[in-house]
Amino acid sequence: MTTTTAPAPAPSREPGRRRSRRTALLGRQPLGIAFAAPYALFLATVFAYPLGLAVWISFHDYFFAAPGATVPRPFVGFDNYVTVLSDADVRQSFVNVGIFLLINVPLTVVLALLLATALNTAIRGRTFFRVSYYVPYITASVAVVAVWLVLFSKDGLVNQLLGALAPDPSWLVNETLAMPLIAVFVTWKQLGLYILLYLAALQNVPKELYESAQVDGATRWQQMRNVTVPGVRPATTLVVILAFITGANLFTEPYLLTGGGGPDGASASPVLVMYQKGIQQGNADVAAAIGVLLVVAVLIVSLVNRRLLERD
Amino acid sequence: MTQAAPRVAGGPARSGHSPAEPAPGAGRAALGSVLRMVALVLGAFVFLFPFYYMLVQSLQDESDTSVGGALPIGGWTLDNYSDINSRVDLAGSLVNSGIFTGGVILGTVVFGVLAGYALARLHFRGQGMLFAAMLLVQLVPFQLLMIPLYVMIVRNYGLADSYLGMILPFAINSTAVFIFRQFFLQLPEDLFSAARIDGAGELRILWSIALPLVRPALLTAVLITFIGPWNEFLWPFLITKDTDMQPLAVSLANYLSNVAGRASNPYGAILAGACVLAAPAVALFVAFQRHFTTSDLGSGVKG
Repeated sequence: MTTTTAPAPAPSREPGRRRSRRTALLGRQPLGIAFAAPYALFLATVFAYPLGLAVWISFHDYFFAAPGATVPRPFVGFDNYVTVLSDADVRQSFVNVGIFLLINVPLTVVLALLLATALNTAIRGRTFFRVSYYVPYITASVAVVAVWLVLFSKDGLVNQLLGALAPDPSWLVNETLAMPLIAVFVTWKQLGLYILLYLAALQNVPKELYESAQVDGATRWQQMRNVTVPGVRPATTLVVILAFITGANLFTEPYLLTGGGGPDGASASPVLVMYQKGIQQGNADVAAAIGVLLVVAVLIVSLVNRRLLERD
Repeated sequence: MTQAAPRVAGGPARSGHSPAEPAPGAGRAALGSVLRMVALVLGAFVFLFPFYYMLVQSLQDESDTSVGGALPIGGWTLDNYSDINSRVDLAGSLVNSGIFTGGVILGTVVFGVLAGYALARLHFRGQGMLFAAMLLVQLVPFQLLMIPLYVMIVRNYGLADSYLGMILPFAINSTAVFIFRQFFLQLPEDLFSAARIDGAGELRILWSIALPLVRPALLTAVLITFIGPWNEFLWPFLITKDTDMQPLAVSLANYLSNVAGRASNPYGAILAGACVLAAPAVALFVAFQRHFTTSDLGSGVKG
């Protein structure tokens, strides 16, 4: 009997030294490499290489030249980053995104959990409710933005309903209201996904916990706080991280709702600024620097988030 | 005692939960379910109202943004649809959207299933790394990659204004790969080890055992994969200058940014286009929502 040096235990006999070496090198089912190869190639081309290129660009004095022309693109170290960090527009955009996240993330978590809990019980028309909460999520931002623009325009329905309370200047051209309104919009639009995630997580909370809580005389609210919330902790982590990442990478909504940054750049997001500097103004190096900063920031906060939320 | 959920104008409703006062069990339960119903109905109203408004206004010949305008009695017209069609070639854009989305779905289904299966049930070198990469992809914003991708695809490969250029960055949806992997993981191991002991080759196992079973995951993955390219605005926007090639999301956005005040009800025209864009996605989901179960996502939130 040949002893194999395979790293993984082999349930079936693998005779022959040649087979065991192959196993050590390539794993038990090397055909898996063939199966996964197209996807791996795709990731390398469309993800890894551009990512590397983006980082490279951020460290060089890069600009668009005619294709085929060779231009000197000198290494400039951290110059681009310094430029970016001292640019008021960029700093403003990060602040804006911070405002957005402060509104969007807690609102999303609370609403999604509440609505999912409500949906989790046997009620009539459950399918209807589920579908209706999901509809904004699957609709293109472009489509729904149009409606919101109309609803919140100066003579729009919302202002008419508010009458004297209507803000002036109107919502989306109002410096203090523009970003919060975008936050509400995105919350509305994305909520369906998070409700679904919470619904899935709620299925895994054992019913007995609720029953014993009820026997102990806990009110519905207390049940919610002491059984539901801890019970769906992994889902909460996921929701927070997903909402955070989506929010940090916000582009379409600020672009469409406030056409290029809003009043005094009050609703510009970092990615919007990246787009403006990179594509509209052709400063790809500065744009890349912004992008890298954004990714690093997102990574750091995500890790911190994860650590905080899963403390046990 | 009435509990009215405070309405934030235009925002999602907050369900008016407050600690229930001690009451006899049955009474408390009844109140709870009434509250729940109220919250859900309010929520559904807030969620669906913009769509209702979108549909109604697109069928109106005069722009009326007053409260009364939300419930119009007359003034119905299909002019807005023909208006938007004259500005934005609806049919052509729809076809572009379809090709773009179809290409992505094809790539995802063919290569994604293979990759998901390999990650779930096969052991091979580099497996862990590929899995980590798959997760990482979902973390990095597309926008960081968009400039290098633009450089690569438009300048180096010369694929501007082409379907291939549109499809390429989205060709295999990583979320779908994740779904396939989770799904294949849930299949009982005995199925596969029995087949292996019987001497079946890996290809045979894939073809005869794994693939026939994958249908539920396939549907979910297709639905999820559909949303991305159908609604994608930024990438096709970047690489197409030729309006004939632009998918509907881009054409509509262009029209939106240059709101032409020519039409008597300019918003009506935009909303008509928006309805056309939204309709297929909504129809698809309403039709298949039964299959879009939470169990596939449940495995993702278990830990």
